[in-house]
Amino acid sequence: MAKATFRIWRGDANGGEFKDYQTEAGEGMVVLDAVHAVQAEQANDLAVRWNCKAGKCGSCSAEINGMPKLMCMTRLSDLDLSQPVTIQPMQAFPKIRDLVTDVSWNFRVKKTIKKFEPRKPDAADGTWRVDQADVERPQEFRKCIECFLCQDVCHVIRDHQKTDEFIGPRFLVYTAALEMNPIDGADRVDDLKQKHGIGYCNITKCCTKVCPEHITITDNAIIPLKERVADRFYDPIKRLFRVFSGNK
Amino acid sequence: MASEYQTHEHDVIVIGAGGAGLRAAIEASAAGVSVGLICKSLLGKAHTVMAEGGMAAAMANVDDRDSWKVHFADTMRGGQYINNWRMAELHAQEAPARVRELEAWGAVFDRTRDGKILQRNFGGHRYPRLAHVGDRTGLEMIRTLQDHGIHQGIQVYMEHTVTALLKDGDRVVGAFGYDRERGYPRLFRAGAIVLATGGIGRAFKITSNSWEYTGDGQSLAYQAGAELMDMEFVQFHPTGMVWPPSVRGILVTEGVRGEGGVLRNKDGKRFMFDDVPENYRNQTAKDPEEGWRYTQGDKNANRPPELLTRDHVARCINREVKAGRGSPHGGVFLDIAWIKEKLPNAPEHIKKKLPSMYHQFMQLAGLDITKEPMEVGPTTHYAMGGIRVDGDTQMSTVPGLFAAGEVAAGLHGANRLGGNSLSDLVVFGKRAGEHAAKFAKDNRAITPAADQVEAAARALLEPFERGASASGDGEGPYKIQYELQDMMQAKVGIVRTEGDMMAALEGIQSLKARAAKVGVVGNREYNPGWHTALDLKNLLTCAEAVTRCAIERKESRGGHFRDDFDQKDPKYATFNNIVKKGPGGSMVLERRPIPEIRADLKQVIEENK
Repeated sequence: MAKATFRIWRGDANGGEFKDYQTEAGEGMVVLDAVHAVQAEQANDLAVRWNCKAGKCGSCSAEINGMPKLMCMTRLSDLDLSQPVTIQPMQAFPKIRDLVTDVSWNFRVKKTIKKFEPRKPDAADGTWRVDQADVERPQEFRKCIECFLCQDVCHVIRDHQKTDEFIGPRFLVYTAALEMNPIDGADRVDDLKQKHGIGYCNITKCCTKVCPEHITITDNAIIPLKERVADRFYDPIKRLFRVFSGNK
Repeated sequence: MASEYQTHEHDVIVIGAGGAGLRAAIEASAAGVSVGLICKSLLGKAHTVMAEGGMAAAMANVDDRDSWKVHFADTMRGGQYINNWRMAELHAQEAPARVRELEAWGAVFDRTRDGKILQRNFGGHRYPRLAHVGDRTGLEMIRTLQDHGIHQGIQVYMEHTVTALLKDGDRVVGAFGYDRERGYPRLFRAGAIVLATGGIGRAFKITSNSWEYTGDGQSLAYQAGAELMDMEFVQFHPTGMVWPPSVRGILVTEGVRGEGGVLRNKDGKRFMFDDVPENYRNQTAKDPEEGWRYTQGDKNANRPPELLTRDHVARCINREVKAGRGSPHGGVFLDIAWIKEKLPNAPEHIKKKLPSMYHQFMQLAGLDITKEPMEVGPTTHYAMGGIRVDGDTQMSTVPGLFAAGEVAAGLHGANRLGGNSLSDLVVFGKRAGEHAAKFAKDNRAITPAADQVEAAARALLEPFERGASASGDGEGPYKIQYELQDMMQAKVGIVRTEGDMMAALEGIQSLKARAAKVGVVGNREYNPGWHTALDLKNLLTCAEAVTRCAIERKESRGGHFRDDFDQKDPKYATFNNIVKKGPGGSMVLERRPIPEIRADLKQVIEENK
């Protein structure tokens, strides 16, 4: 078995540095296995979040050779092991320790989005009748595992720190899942424009590229939401209608 | 000097934020009490996300012959009749309402042609019964509960660990722990506590469970004087990944078999037809053709033998491997690709029905399941045993201490049916939350005695005081954990014998002594070495309980299989094994007779034989 070098960022909110660790690169191993080997054998206190180790919980997000990825789904055989593999925490969020970042902002943002409100049931027993075709759209968005890699890569958050004005791709996907849920009856279009900053997204599609669940974030979630906002606020006929009807 | 710690007070504290904990917290807060929800990970990451196949509830959307009675009978048969029959009854009756409630909270289930919630076939269930979303039903459930719960005014303590329960007399009145990010000690005062911490899978080497499943709830309850029950019954899920080594144990959903997947040995033989247990014979397909028709919804067909209960399928796989008929990496073949012989658009169908399985194998094993068979083998999956609770209220034998979900015992008896876990979480999570809130209203919060808090605070920081060199050879916590996992896997695993288990019991005692000396390096901020050192006590307590109960049960039943007593023995059908902390601090074991089943329920079982 060949040895490989892992250049892992060690430190906290006050600063830190990359440290090199060598460990075996066995068949089928993923980056998280290498991090665990380092943790067990060389650095018991190396901080890393993880849970399912199967790409289903979205805990082990990090930047591997500069790319936002899940450590549990990145195979060593897909990396160039002749060079050190750099592993650093997500850069868009405040650092806590080593590979662990403070992602609490995401949890606060979610609370600001209007919750699911069921419309009137279709059947006398209080249940709904919905076609499979109609649930497939929100189901794509509900695959989201909340790894926050899309938030990490979004330049509005990462480079411009617009965290007070913009909810980021994850929560646009979340809003899309609610808006397109055939059983939901609430309206979030005004909030998208006025509270949630959908206009900041300029469709560079970086979020779609890094999504480990392969959700077509930009095309299927964000653009349709932008269209709904445009229809309501920028359609000239509708604007005229609002002027005359007195509805803003 | 008194230790410094922050104090939080709630009427109800829920420990664990998977399906059961979230559902309990929602119910308690809906009853108007203040609720604190403590979880070791970030919210929404608990192991419920890993549940794949679905949630069992007799809604009869796909087959109108289904009813709570059939579900009840299936659950009892699967559990080999040592279940808490009251829990099995409540579970079967209430599961449909809990599924519909999830939909009303935003869950988006797959649909039938007439627009209702779709239900699929699963092992041990007579009719298609599992409400599902592709093969990511657990994610749908946890996200729905999470997104509903965050608007309920529940205070969530993410990345916090509880290390001790605090009592006043008999009653539990608080919990002590720390936040993992900063390492600060915390005291939680509470009128009632709900444990929803899940299982003990990390006591074994090959497991589908993550680092979190160290038996915290079972151990906390045990230390607080509660009784644990049925700890010998550990479920080894028949199909975990076996290759490559780094993914060994990761779950392959039973849904693969529900959709028509078949098990074959290296000679290509469908070995499951060779060994169908007597009590399932008249519910099992006579030939492959009938089995296929069953998976495609033919109501006149019986299920294929691949969908027998998990304990049985795991043992059959084990037998094939031991007999030298296994796959190259020590498993057997699970083939779903073969359905292309039956369906014109098979690859698309497989990707649609089993999307996360397709990705899991593609990304982690470089294997396309629409073209090639998977290699699978048994993996430690679920603890049927746990904290003994009252079936109606979910209260343990310690007043004020409740338990729900995997950490509680009773519903599943000797073997859990697939799909009965997700429904368990919401049915009994709701009940636990409701009764904990009631208890808290009737019993005000009391300040725990200072000496108990001091002792908990001291124990928390002891591993640091010992430092890295305390154990002489500088032994870290991981080494002890790995040794325990290796030993439990080898000696108290799928096939057990008296001699092996006696050796394991000795091994556990020596590991306990070593764990008491283990020291850690670094500081308190997010220090996994420290966390692991603290978890060892819980793992070792659970490992000891499993081993002692397994030695006591000299027969084979459900998830518990003994090579030296390989038959079921009727006299063991009359009691549950109970362990609790004895007066001297050592573990004591007792056989507790199972209360006689109500006549009407007995009749339901007879009618569905």
